[in-house]
Amino acid sequence: MSILSVENVSKTFGGLKALMSVSFSVKQGEIYGIIGPNGSGKTTLINCITGFIKPEAGKVYFRGSNIKGWPAHKIARAGIARTFQVMRPYYSLPAYKNLIIPLWSPRARAIGGWRGGGRHGDRDTVAVDILEEIGFERDSRVPYKMASTLPTGYLKRLELARCIALRPEIIFCDEVFSGLSASEVAGMVPLIEKLKMEGITLIMVEHRLKELFKVADRVMALQFGEKIAEGHYTEVIADPRVKEAYLGSEEV
Amino acid sequence: MEVRRKERIDRGIKVRSEGIYCVSSPKEMLYVAGPRLLLIAGLLLLPLVLEMAPYWKRVVNIMCVYGLLAISFDFLANVVGLVCLGGAMFIGVGGYMTAIFNVYLHCPVFLAIPLAGLSGALICTVLLLPCLALRGVYFAIVTLMYPLLFTRIIEALNILGGTNGITGLDSFPNPYLENYVIIVLLLIFLFGLRRLMDEDIGLVLRGVKDNDQSVRASGINVAHLKALAVFITSFIGCLGGAYLAHLYMWAGLSLFALDFSIIPIAAVTIGGGGSMMGAVIGTFILVPLSEFLRFFGTFRIVIYCLILTGFIVFRSEGLLTYFARKYDQFERWAKI
Repeated sequence: MSILSVENVSKTFGGLKALMSVSFSVKQGEIYGIIGPNGSGKTTLINCITGFIKPEAGKVYFRGSNIKGWPAHKIARAGIARTFQVMRPYYSLPAYKNLIIPLWSPRARAIGGWRGGGRHGDRDTVAVDILEEIGFERDSRVPYKMASTLPTGYLKRLELARCIALRPEIIFCDEVFSGLSASEVAGMVPLIEKLKMEGITLIMVEHRLKELFKVADRVMALQFGEKIAEGHYTEVIADPRVKEAYLGSEEV
Repeated sequence: MEVRRKERIDRGIKVRSEGIYCVSSPKEMLYVAGPRLLLIAGLLLLPLVLEMAPYWKRVVNIMCVYGLLAISFDFLANVVGLVCLGGAMFIGVGGYMTAIFNVYLHCPVFLAIPLAGLSGALICTVLLLPCLALRGVYFAIVTLMYPLLFTRIIEALNILGGTNGITGLDSFPNPYLENYVIIVLLLIFLFGLRRLMDEDIGLVLRGVKDNDQSVRASGINVAHLKALAVFITSFIGCLGGAYLAHLYMWAGLSLFALDFSIIPIAAVTIGGGGSMMGAVIGTFILVPLSEFLRFFGTFRIVIYCLILTGFIVFRSEGLLTYFARKYDQFERWAKI
């Protein structure tokens, strides 16, 4: 049973065809990777699905209802969270207060419980719990530091923590590994696997292919807004069109 | 040559804990509450101290109205991120609404003012709703335009008393009430807004200013939040306007004067933005200063501008930020 299925989504920016009739579907609890060279439309695809831009054509089914054209906040409320490629923390707030905002959102409040956050005041504790889970040292001062003073590694984790706080069913990760050192990525991988264990579906856009292939169940390759390959990563990287997209074709 | 640098060391309980600390002893409580108590007591005593100078009592009233406008401007601009030059619109709409309730519908003063606050805020919010998607200077321009629009409509259609305005509003039963109504209103909204900022919804509003994309990605409707913030702001402004109309016993076109939009901004710039307290301190300097300078006749504006420039050049961080630093830290020269 697929939790999310995208059918023939298209988007053009002026004369540029950013997405041409892209279709794919993701099963519940799966980690689905999206790869492709720069400018191939990966982030545009995420933006189309999460409502930050409106696709011109196509359908997006989430749990059987067509969410295409819904405003971003309504899609998030339905259970689709996302991170941003260019990190967007609330720089003027301490790290743990960054999570109060998703915890305050109607979705998290309605779900309640351990991750939903309860009434005012409890949310602070829940926020620190989530941060601890995502790799902020609880007893240090890191969770209480201003987001503007945190290094990139923590900010990437904070992006993910903000998604978790919403208690989503699907998380779109837009390049959570980029800009991290090898050891930092090694720290993130178990985190991703843990989210999968909890039944959260992850859709990851990534340039760091080696690390992505470690966690992803299936991978899709995009080029110039078109889906060129899909399947297990070994199949995808063996595909001649994918090789061509990444390495260029040999002109005769 | 000996090299020295200035060191700043936190005083008392404001140690480097990034603002998180526990207040345990009476002394520490006094340290935290002292400045607030000073402000409350000072404001409440002001009408009694100025007993011999009724003119200055009047100035205090007007100062408090500007204070209301300044805290609401500060709230909208530095918390929610909407730069609103609609002070004149709030005052005008509030003033005319209370005139309608009081003169046309014969409501007593203390019913007319809250009714004017609510209905005025509703009108202002509805008018500003289409502009909420605008950012920065564009929102500012639209809010600046509305008061002009209102004056022209009232002039052209000759409604609501036309250029003469609506006269015959009830005044306050006695001068003390006149003073204390506005002082108490200012204190309630000052501390109320500060409390609101510390609540979770206040954090969400600050999130809207920081980056509204993330707020949307968190499943929160940013447009609703902005509308709520505009409603709170215009409610405060309209109450001020309603009070002013009863103070003058007249609601006229001068309630839409540009001063109501501009002076709050100057006050927030001088006092320091983001905390509401700076806005109040700013108005408490600017408004009496402007009255005091009447003594200089035509030179008034020149001197006023010089002083304003002086503040901005030499204390660009805002007076409150400066004083807070002096209160929380001491400085010493240390050898390197």
